Amino acid sequence: MDEYGLKELITHVKAGRLSRRGFVQMMVGLGLTAPMAAQMLASAGVAQAQSKLVYKPTKRGGGGALKTLWWQGATLLNPYFAVGTKDQDGSRIFYEPLASWDPDGNLSAVLAAEVPTAQNGGLSKDGKTIVWKLKKDVQWHDGKPFTADDVVFNWEYAADPATAAYCIATYKDIKVEKIDALSVRVTLAKPTPFWADAFVGVRGMLIPKHVFGAFKGDKSREAPGNLKPVGTGPYRFVDFKPGDIVRGELNPSYHLPNRPFFDSIEMKGGGDANSAARAVMQTGEYDFAWNLEVEDENLKRMEQGGKGKADIVPGGNIEHIQLNNTDPWKEVDGERASLKTTHPVLSDPAVRQALNLLVDRASVQEQIYGRTGIATANFLNQPSRFASKSTKWEFNVDKANQILEAAGWKKGADGLRAKDGKKLKFVYQTSINAPRQKTQAIVKQAAAKAGIEMELKSVTASVYFSSDVANADTYSHFYTDIQMYTTTMTQPDPEQFMRQFLTEEVASKDNKWQGRNITRWRNEEFDKLHKASESELDPVKRAAMFIKMNELVIQNVVVIPVVFRPRVAAVANTLRMEQSGWDSDFWSVQNWYREG
Amino acid sequence: MTKYLLRRVLISIPVLAGISLVLFTILALAPGDPFEELATNPNVPPEVRMNLRAQFGLDDPIAIRYLRWFTSMMKGDWGFSFVSRVNVDRLILQRLPTTILVIGSAQLLGLLIAIPIGVYSATRPYSFFDQVATTCAFLGFSLPTFFTGLLFILFFSIYLDWLPFIYRADISASGWRWWWEHIRQAIMPVAVLGLFQASSMTRFMRSAVLDVIQLDYVRTARAKGLAERVTIARHVVRNALIPVVTLVALQVPTIFAGALITEQIFRVPGIGSLLISSILANDTPVIMAITFVFSGLVVLFNLIADILYGWLDPRISYR
Repeated sequence: MDEYGLKELITHVKAGRLSRRGFVQMMVGLGLTAPMAAQMLASAGVAQAQSKLVYKPTKRGGGGALKTLWWQGATLLNPYFAVGTKDQDGSRIFYEPLASWDPDGNLSAVLAAEVPTAQNGGLSKDGKTIVWKLKKDVQWHDGKPFTADDVVFNWEYAADPATAAYCIATYKDIKVEKIDALSVRVTLAKPTPFWADAFVGVRGMLIPKHVFGAFKGDKSREAPGNLKPVGTGPYRFVDFKPGDIVRGELNPSYHLPNRPFFDSIEMKGGGDANSAARAVMQTGEYDFAWNLEVEDENLKRMEQGGKGKADIVPGGNIEHIQLNNTDPWKEVDGERASLKTTHPVLSDPAVRQALNLLVDRASVQEQIYGRTGIATANFLNQPSRFASKSTKWEFNVDKANQILEAAGWKKGADGLRAKDGKKLKFVYQTSINAPRQKTQAIVKQAAAKAGIEMELKSVTASVYFSSDVANADTYSHFYTDIQMYTTTMTQPDPEQFMRQFLTEEVASKDNKWQGRNITRWRNEEFDKLHKASESELDPVKRAAMFIKMNELVIQNVVVIPVVFRPRVAAVANTLRMEQSGWDSDFWSVQNWYREG
Repeated sequence: MTKYLLRRVLISIPVLAGISLVLFTILALAPGDPFEELATNPNVPPEVRMNLRAQFGLDDPIAIRYLRWFTSMMKGDWGFSFVSRVNVDRLILQRLPTTILVIGSAQLLGLLIAIPIGVYSATRPYSFFDQVATTCAFLGFSLPTFFTGLLFILFFSIYLDWLPFIYRADISASGWRWWWEHIRQAIMPVAVLGLFQASSMTRFMRSAVLDVIQLDYVRTARAKGLAERVTIARHVVRNALIPVVTLVALQVPTIFAGALITEQIFRVPGIGSLLISSILANDTPVIMAITFVFSGLVVLFNLIADILYGWLDPRISYR
């Protein structure tokens, strides 16, 4: 689908011929993120949809205790150090951003009075400045008012390299100025189409200047506020034990009426995903459990306990198979898989296409993941029933055989296909994790039928995902032919995510394998498209570019997407809440309530 | 005696230094990085990780890192956790009360079960009671705690719905309810650990009593016309307890270290679970502190056990 096709669809939405949600789902089928789709609609002047959750309580408090379970406890409560989602979620109880991402990818204002748009003058035409109007009468938990000074301070704090904020990339190239007590202007270094990054979502939680002001840069570790958060959120800090428990109590001066509903909140950590699911769905000891990496079969059995259910929402995690473009078995200048080599076998497009046909995604979904892993053809984000016509997956051993036969890969006496003395034999590595080993077995079996031998290799996760320069078994070294893992897209915008296919990002000895391009795929057209997308301000044109980039990756079989992994949480039957795949699990914790 | 003590204490200093050196080297050589999450997150620029590594001194050679750790440890500065950036002593102190409460009561429960059963079994060897006790003891120590723990959860929490299986260190209730909640949630972890402890201790107690009960002075005591109860309590048990006391003294350090698996199953926020999560996160300062304090305690209680031995049994002398 190109730009004109997209524009036509948007006019359909405007005229009411296509529903808003239908449009978003269609875009998602094309491999875009929901926030991007929503942004396209917003730029065309289509009104934002309302959140699905209707908040019913008519007074603040009185809801008793809200008990939530994270099988990894929060270890710190400063949102700027919170790399892990557990830490971001723990911080989100107390701290709030200017705006959050709802499940449909819309921005919803939290500490901002309104979401900046071109219509309300919040966004400049050149795409370089954003004016945020802050909400009036918002108080920090200690009673001090929330003002533009706080917002400016947050930028200074995060942009200081000595602070070592994990989200420094969001803040280091922008400028933030105070206009008046309740508005700030954000100036971006260059025209940026996806402007909603700083002060938004998990990377945008705001900390108070009067608490953290003296602890910027080198001294950031010493701030007492790191352990005793003072935020603007619906719950005030009570107690924190790293790795174990975070507790909060109702904030009587919260800036939204009748909220929060619960008198106290508890986020308990530790244990394992299985028993966390059990505590919500079978015994009802807890109301909510996060990130359940539990086999669907078990989830279904526990749901019969009748106290809760599994809540599954789409997010950006993709379990995928990478094919090496370089030769992992030849050493050049002290590194294997060097850019100076090409893979002797995988450089043949026919082999890549055949491999793509040999991944039985339906069986992987059916036999291993169930509702927690949905077969996909797209790399950029989750598919849906409106899957793209141009990127389609298929499992077909016969077709794979035909393609290989036609390309001159003939079966030898040992049943393996070979050409010019090179055999179709691959080493296929992944981390040790039961579903992954099962997936490996399914792929290996199908490959054998097509005359391809797969040697399976599994590496302990702590080694495989480490960034140890000296260890050749890490995923970023990629010293095998094929590997598989889940890549996470933490941001609603795919620009960063798609960097992993740029030539300049190739992982090599020179950059200590820090580069993101693990497959070492190089494609000029992709590089150009990505470069152009960085400054394309028309969201529709930009979306078309990302659709094209996704197609390039899929058509060249750079990676073989297997399943996308939605977010799974266990929720008590009485709890009313809404998860968003684009923000923290607590993105709307102020609206959680109990009914019945 | 003083000379002996002094010598033992002096010997333990190089022992501890050696232990710490080995621990530190192994941890430094092990794969993994405390900032792994930063490395695998595609949205975090590598400079952030490099900056943190430099700030926390992780890029220096192992020898220098070890010396720095050792000197600050000598000064009482345990360092801070790379993961939560909280001082290590604070992290450990937060977990200590729960650990001592749960593991301590489990040890106590173990002793309270083991001593009477062991003594009674030994006084009537191969009786029906002894057979049953022996069978139970073998069953008890051949079942691992993670299995009995899950069994308890399935039965008492899920099937009967009597007890909670998630342990919360801070309960927001007061008065009787606070006590009640604490006892309710501690029952399962304490029982699992205590019963496991009791089963091996019972066997130990039984054989110790059996050894003593055949000795001449016991026969003399009986011949003197002492009541059986008094003979057992005064003459048999007292002497049989000598090896048991040593065993218990040697187990005190484990109260500090917590119970790795049981803590994980019941989500008890003890030192064991802190150790596990630190190992998984490659949080070297916390792992170092816990293992080092643990080895210190082992050395100390070995010494205490040796001294207790001499005090209980004057025939042993120290030179």
